[in-house]
Amino acid sequence: MPDLLIELFSEEIPARMQARAADDLKKRMTDGLVEAGLTYAGAHAFSTPRRLTLALEGLLGESPTVKEERKGPKVGAPEKAIEGFLRGAGIAREDLEERDTPKGAIYFATITKPGRPAAGIVADVLEDTVRNFPWPKSMRWGAGSLRWVRPLHSILCILSNEAGAEVVPLEIDGIRAGDTTEGHRFMGAGRFAVTGFEDYEARLKRDRVILSAAERAEHIWHDATNMAFAQGHEVVEDKGLLAEVAGLVEWPVVLMGDIAEDFLGLPPEVLQTSMKEHQKFFSVKNPRTGRIEKFVTVANRETRDQGATILAGNRKVLFARLSDAKFFWENDLRVAKAGGADWLERLNTVTFHNKLGSQGDRIARIAALTREIAPKVGADSDLAEQAARWAKADLSSEMVYEFPELQGLMGRYYAEAAGFGEEVAGAAEEHYSPLGPSDDVPTAPVSVAVALADKLDTLTGFWTIDEKPTGSKDPFALRRAALGVIRLVLENELRLPLDRFFDGQLLRHEIAQNGEDEVSRGLMGDMMDEIADHGVFGAAVRTVLDAFDGDLPEHLERLKIRLPDTSRDLLGFFHDRLKVYLRDQGIRHDVIDACIAMPGNDDICLLVKRARALQDFLGTDDGENLLQGFKRANNILSQAEEKDGVEYSFGADVKFAEEDSEKALFAALDGAEGAISSAIEAEDFAPAMGSMASLRAPIDAFFEAVQVNSDNTVVRRNRLNLLSRIRAICLSVADLARIEG
Amino acid sequence: MVQSDGKPRSFQDIILRLQGYWAQKGCAVMQPYDMEVGAGTFHPATTLRSLGPKPWAAAYVQPSRRPTDGRYGENPNRLQHYYQYQVLIKPSPPDLQALYLGSLEAIGIDMDMHDIRFVEDDWESPTLGAWGLGWEVWCDGMEVSQFTYFQQVGGHDCHPVSGELTYGLERLAMYVLGVDHVMDMPYNAPDAPIPLSYGDVFRQTEQEYSRWNFDVANTDVLLKQFEEAEAECEAILSQAHVDPKTGRRIVMAHPAYDQCIKASHLFNLLDARGVISVTERQAYIGRVRALARKCADAFVMTQAGGYAA
Repeated sequence: MPDLLIELFSEEIPARMQARAADDLKKRMTDGLVEAGLTYAGAHAFSTPRRLTLALEGLLGESPTVKEERKGPKVGAPEKAIEGFLRGAGIAREDLEERDTPKGAIYFATITKPGRPAAGIVADVLEDTVRNFPWPKSMRWGAGSLRWVRPLHSILCILSNEAGAEVVPLEIDGIRAGDTTEGHRFMGAGRFAVTGFEDYEARLKRDRVILSAAERAEHIWHDATNMAFAQGHEVVEDKGLLAEVAGLVEWPVVLMGDIAEDFLGLPPEVLQTSMKEHQKFFSVKNPRTGRIEKFVTVANRETRDQGATILAGNRKVLFARLSDAKFFWENDLRVAKAGGADWLERLNTVTFHNKLGSQGDRIARIAALTREIAPKVGADSDLAEQAARWAKADLSSEMVYEFPELQGLMGRYYAEAAGFGEEVAGAAEEHYSPLGPSDDVPTAPVSVAVALADKLDTLTGFWTIDEKPTGSKDPFALRRAALGVIRLVLENELRLPLDRFFDGQLLRHEIAQNGEDEVSRGLMGDMMDEIADHGVFGAAVRTVLDAFDGDLPEHLERLKIRLPDTSRDLLGFFHDRLKVYLRDQGIRHDVIDACIAMPGNDDICLLVKRARALQDFLGTDDGENLLQGFKRANNILSQAEEKDGVEYSFGADVKFAEEDSEKALFAALDGAEGAISSAIEAEDFAPAMGSMASLRAPIDAFFEAVQVNSDNTVVRRNRLNLLSRIRAICLSVADLARIEG
Repeated sequence: MVQSDGKPRSFQDIILRLQGYWAQKGCAVMQPYDMEVGAGTFHPATTLRSLGPKPWAAAYVQPSRRPTDGRYGENPNRLQHYYQYQVLIKPSPPDLQALYLGSLEAIGIDMDMHDIRFVEDDWESPTLGAWGLGWEVWCDGMEVSQFTYFQQVGGHDCHPVSGELTYGLERLAMYVLGVDHVMDMPYNAPDAPIPLSYGDVFRQTEQEYSRWNFDVANTDVLLKQFEEAEAECEAILSQAHVDPKTGRRIVMAHPAYDQCIKASHLFNLLDARGVISVTERQAYIGRVRALARKCADAFVMTQAGGYAA
């Protein structure tokens, strides 16, 4: 069984695309070969900046012969039909076989597809793979029409076994497959022929190409850490950078250099970001000083001066880059030390979103909301508002303009320079968090208040202008913002009625959008105060708008309905996010639904507490049986209510009870009701459900012994009212009707 | 005399070597376009000639102006007026990378001592409605050139594809000559009877233009000129293809394109004066792009653009 070796040799492939491309080559080739009947024993794909390589071992020499049976027309069918069948099957009249079937005599054809030699199949599959390769971006070159990531120069494609290697005959857009390749662009010795994978890999290494990206990365990391260690330093780990650098070189040569003394005063993150972004340098830290004092760069070649010229050149470029960074840092510090007024002023002229005003407008709204949230999260209102007003100041700084990824962090440094305390500095750094699902959630109260207000302002803003995420489109990262709020609330165990903050902030956006005239502005301002005091939009409408003596501007009339709708829709969006979040933690979606149906569902903490207790409860034997009891009671009751057109909700009396089990159920309900309701009052859902569990036995016994639909109408009504007590108790913990099973 | 071996000694030496190298490789060595442009790509020898099926090979120096980069001649690397060296070959030859590396050797970069890398950098010009894929070329970590395979220009797919090389001459020369501040770079030979530095030639103009670009240029006038250029471009393109006077078919792609270049530079000046807001910026770029597209549409209707009656 032969081995297959393919190399697609091109001009430099972007580092970020290489690993994926090697995988795609492997997948497309093996899928295509297997589909054509060629199985194989093993497959390995590789990438370097200039080549994608695939090595398959133990490929079948040819695809197996396949016999296919086809059913034709009936014997005696019109000649035309028979001829058509023969044409379709590609066989002659005498190859037809007559068979008796329960439907009479029918012609059958057996078509034999002979196996094809591997070379032909490989050629077809490779051509298809090259022509339809899923590059994220591809291009044409010269006068050709083929697309590849950069110009494709040669194709090596050989099948080899003990007897030797044969080139697979193949030509794509003028590129004829062969058995040759070349090594390193500068250190290689020109083109050479290979006989198989081992030969190929060894010849490449001799011509200064390490084929495996993992081996290159390992080599880089090994040399870099050793070099740093020899001087008592350590390399700052960066897996993404390591992978990228391994994709920029075929023959890595690690060089280490010093960062000039002038720049050691820069924040370490600035050094690191500048070196990484602009030059793909690793940072090297001196553990004694805690500072980044050296850099590691990876060249793509050896030189007779051991890289001295290359290192000197790189150091020079670094000097220029860091001079820029230092210039930004010093200018920024000057502005910060003067209180940062220039920056805040400038944010008034920077558009956040054309329908949501400037960054300055946004900061003012966030500051107002932060002030309201602060007492709920244990933060001082004045301090929290101050933090919110500073938190985005660094967006005007030169450093953040140059390195946007340093936003927040620079805010911290500049807050310290401006003389703010830890709370304000911390909030500047942390208020964007959490960004990803694994990102840490801030815990300092002031940071929490600003982080919540920032995200809630964004969400309510985009809801106001009706720019919600749809399908996979979420350009403003609103799903992430909502998840951020959920995690902030849950991980800090905050009791926060989101509803009122939605309403308040939606109204704030409304004022920004529609507060041109003094009357509107005044009325909405009064409503804002009402919501701040009482937290209820409806009450604010009654107190302010309904009591207004005069013609209400039309947009305020509409607002009465629109704002609650928007607020409800936003809460629904939060619930959807919460479902995804809790599902990942193993909580059933029907359990969440049952809890969302309860009042107070804008209090995420309460909602989750309830859901967890319910999930645990349903996992017990008692829970499962009680659920069945509830469902039975509820079904009988709903049917009766529908039939009778009344709601049975009151008046069950033990004096009409006939059976012992009926009386026992009355007693059990009397006994449990108090405990359950006081436990729910105290939000102790587990004990409440524990008490409910004690009802399981009496309910089971009741259904065992009693026929609810008695002929005696008084007894029947009494029993239905008794069932309604069960329903009421059960529904007081969650809407169990939504539980499946 | 140009020294053809050994290290170059001056800025002009590097330019002359590039000219000699690309002339020897068969390019038509052209002269700078006689209008203010932001980059060598704007020269019609690149923008317009990259369109259509006709083969083309040109190399030239193009003075380029970026008003916002003015630093009064004080920054060691930044200038509002600088030189680009531009090469455009259509169709892109299969050995373009090797040709390019040869040009680096021609200006004294020893391939055995330096680390040359092709690092992904896709090129896009929103004002020209153009894009391509390629790299920035690094020499020891320093970006010394842009290398692009044009895919689209003026909204037209490029068939065949042109290969474009752009060298930032000052930066490249500073590196080769080992100079840290652009103004200290020898412009002619240091032992010439009258040795001149880059600063001797350009420091004063950098100061004058920085002041004018940032603080003095009359924005009302610039705005008016922008609109006039735009209107003139449209007016030229709206003419019938057949000239009523001569009876010949004369599509005026180049005169129209001059107006497009003019509008583009006026926009850059307005931008440097800080009178264009973030939202307006996109709109202005869109207006210039619309002109560039129409000029490209017109060029492909000319003989040089492949039009055959």
